[in-house]
Amino acid sequence: MNVSYELIVIGGGPAGMAAAYGAWRHGLRRILVIERDGELGGILNQCIHNGFGLHYFKEELTGPEFAERFINMLAEAQIDVLTGTTVLELAPGRKVHAVGSRSGYNIFAADSIVLAMGCRERTRGAINIPGTRPAGVLTAGAAQRLVNIEGYMVGKRVVILGSGDIGLIMARRLTLEGAKVLACVEVMPYSGGITRNIVQCLEDYNIPLYLSHTITDIRGNRRVEQVVVSKVDDGRQPIPGTEIVFDCDTVMLSVGLVPENELSRAAGINLDSRTNGPTVRDNMETSAPGIFACGNVLHVHDIVDFVTAEGERAGAAAAAFVTAQTPPGANLLRIVNGDGVTYTVPQTIDRDNMGDSVAVFFRPRRIFRDSHIVVEHAGGTLKAFKRPHMMPGEMERVNIARDVLAGAAGEITISCKELET
Amino acid sequence: MTKLVCIVCPKGCRLEVDEQNGCSVTGNSCPRGEVYGKSELQNPTRTITSTVRLTGAAHRRCPVKTAAPIPKHLISDAMRLLDDIEVSAPVKLGQTIVPDICGTGIAFVATRSFAAINY
Ligand SMILES: Cc1cc2nc3c(=O)[nH]c(=O)nc-3n(C[C@H](O)[C@H](O)[C@H](O)COP(=O)(O)OP(=O)(O)OC[C@H]3O[C@@H](n4cnc5c(N)ncnc54)[C@H](O)[C@@H]3O)c2cc1C
Ligand code: SF4
Repeated sequence: MNVSYELIVIGGGPAGMAAAYGAWRHGLRRILVIERDGELGGILNQCIHNGFGLHYFKEELTGPEFAERFINMLAEAQIDVLTGTTVLELAPGRKVHAVGSRSGYNIFAADSIVLAMGCRERTRGAINIPGTRPAGVLTAGAAQRLVNIEGYMVGKRVVILGSGDIGLIMARRLTLEGAKVLACVEVMPYSGGITRNIVQCLEDYNIPLYLSHTITDIRGNRRVEQVVVSKVDDGRQPIPGTEIVFDCDTVMLSVGLVPENELSRAAGINLDSRTNGPTVRDNMETSAPGIFACGNVLHVHDIVDFVTAEGERAGAAAAAFVTAQTPPGANLLRIVNGDGVTYTVPQTIDRDNMGDSVAVFFRPRRIFRDSHIVVEHAGGTLKAFKRPHMMPGEMERVNIARDVLAGAAGEITISCKELET
Repeated sequence: MTKLVCIVCPKGCRLEVDEQNGCSVTGNSCPRGEVYGKSELQNPTRTITSTVRLTGAAHRRCPVKTAAPIPKHLISDAMRLLDDIEVSAPVKLGQTIVPDICGTGIAFVATRSFAAINY
């Protein structure tokens, strides 16, 4: 194994694999992917359900099938892979410190780096549920790993808090394995997961979804015995007298994901407080020159095909950085979040060096029907994109063409606007 | 007119199916949506994914799926077929695990490869 690479990718999930492959397709040959787990694939290995790759491979695959295709593509391209190895530190001068029980302690030098560490689940402590602390409370991702990879059942009667995709997928999974899923409880008035999962994971199995409800008490001595669910008001405060008690032995939390950025933070890379990921230009480059980011480490994605596309863009940009070292142009456009937009990725567009168009991703703040996504500069509309339906659980994307931005300077605003009817 | 959400891909297009009109479908962004809308009213099917016991590999479970969508009413019978199955590594992606699910002619197949491990 070399100690110096043109590109080092940190994290071997779909984002990291796509970045490595994208860089290879754009001419880099000395590429290393470092993965903490014993195998490549990231979260896909435990996502045994189907629904991956319809856009990228034009076929509907399960998570492991999607991963295996990329693993084979990397092997054919002879990209170096170091599994069972954790990156501990990104030191100045793009030095990567990594340790593994078999690979030992290594310091690799890289001309460019792609961050693709994915995200982690919010845990119970992060959202403060009252009640005792019995066994039987776990996150949906942990449950998914236990059931699908380790082969352990997590409980018999389950209540799910949060309607994120992992929770919905696990509601179906546990039902198929013989558990009774009593309820899925969501504090917001809309679901956090994509509609397809509401339909085929809850409705198919008659699992009730309680919107605008939350768990207000968890009871039990050694194991969970009961949970209390209450309706909440517009300010998300529980309404007394609305309590429903469920007898159950397991509470599964699906209350969101947070990008995993300890490494980035320690390396002094600018983070966006809205996404919890690095701020990036349209080429996926972070505030540190030559360090790029993609996938869930940047912002939480619902669809792997978008992750793959973002990874390929980051890989291509890393290749361009290694071969040309083009500095950012003089016309950096900052994207301001207008009405109804919680964040955007990228946060800035390099107007001089952008390609023919830039894909801007964001999440709408609430449900919008019959609306426009509007791109504005200095009070004038540059472009409007029609959307019949938008919701916070589903990421939005607009492709802004280069000529649309020709006259813009300083900043542009992206917002969601309902059409007058 | 029945309103449905297309679940063929995560995009989740909102479909309207007109039973009076030969189940004609509107609201779909691609042809798969039309196929789904029709069959959801006429003969609903689902692809089922699960795992079976696995020996001789780095993991203890091998993920599987139905090679094609099976009728929705056969889901629990199909799941029961997997209870007693045990496969041993090496496993190849696409390998048949159960050849025929309840007379449908549709198989359960492995959805990833496993190398054999010698301890
Ligand atoms: C339950 C669930 C269901 C989903 N369902 C669908 C679906 O049906 N269809 C769809 O298209 N998409 C789906 N998605 C979305 C999509 O699969 C994910 O967004 C995507 O897998 C994220 O890829 P990633 O590479 O960014 O992160 P990950 O897959 O999490 O990969 C990150 C990798 O980085 C490694 N890593 C982290 N830190 C370090 C370090 N310091 N050193 C070395 N390695 C490190 C981790 O071990 C991990 O392997 C789902 C996601 C989840 C969680
Ligand atoms: S109609 Fe096509 S694009 Fe829309 S959800 Fe169905 S499969 Fe996906």
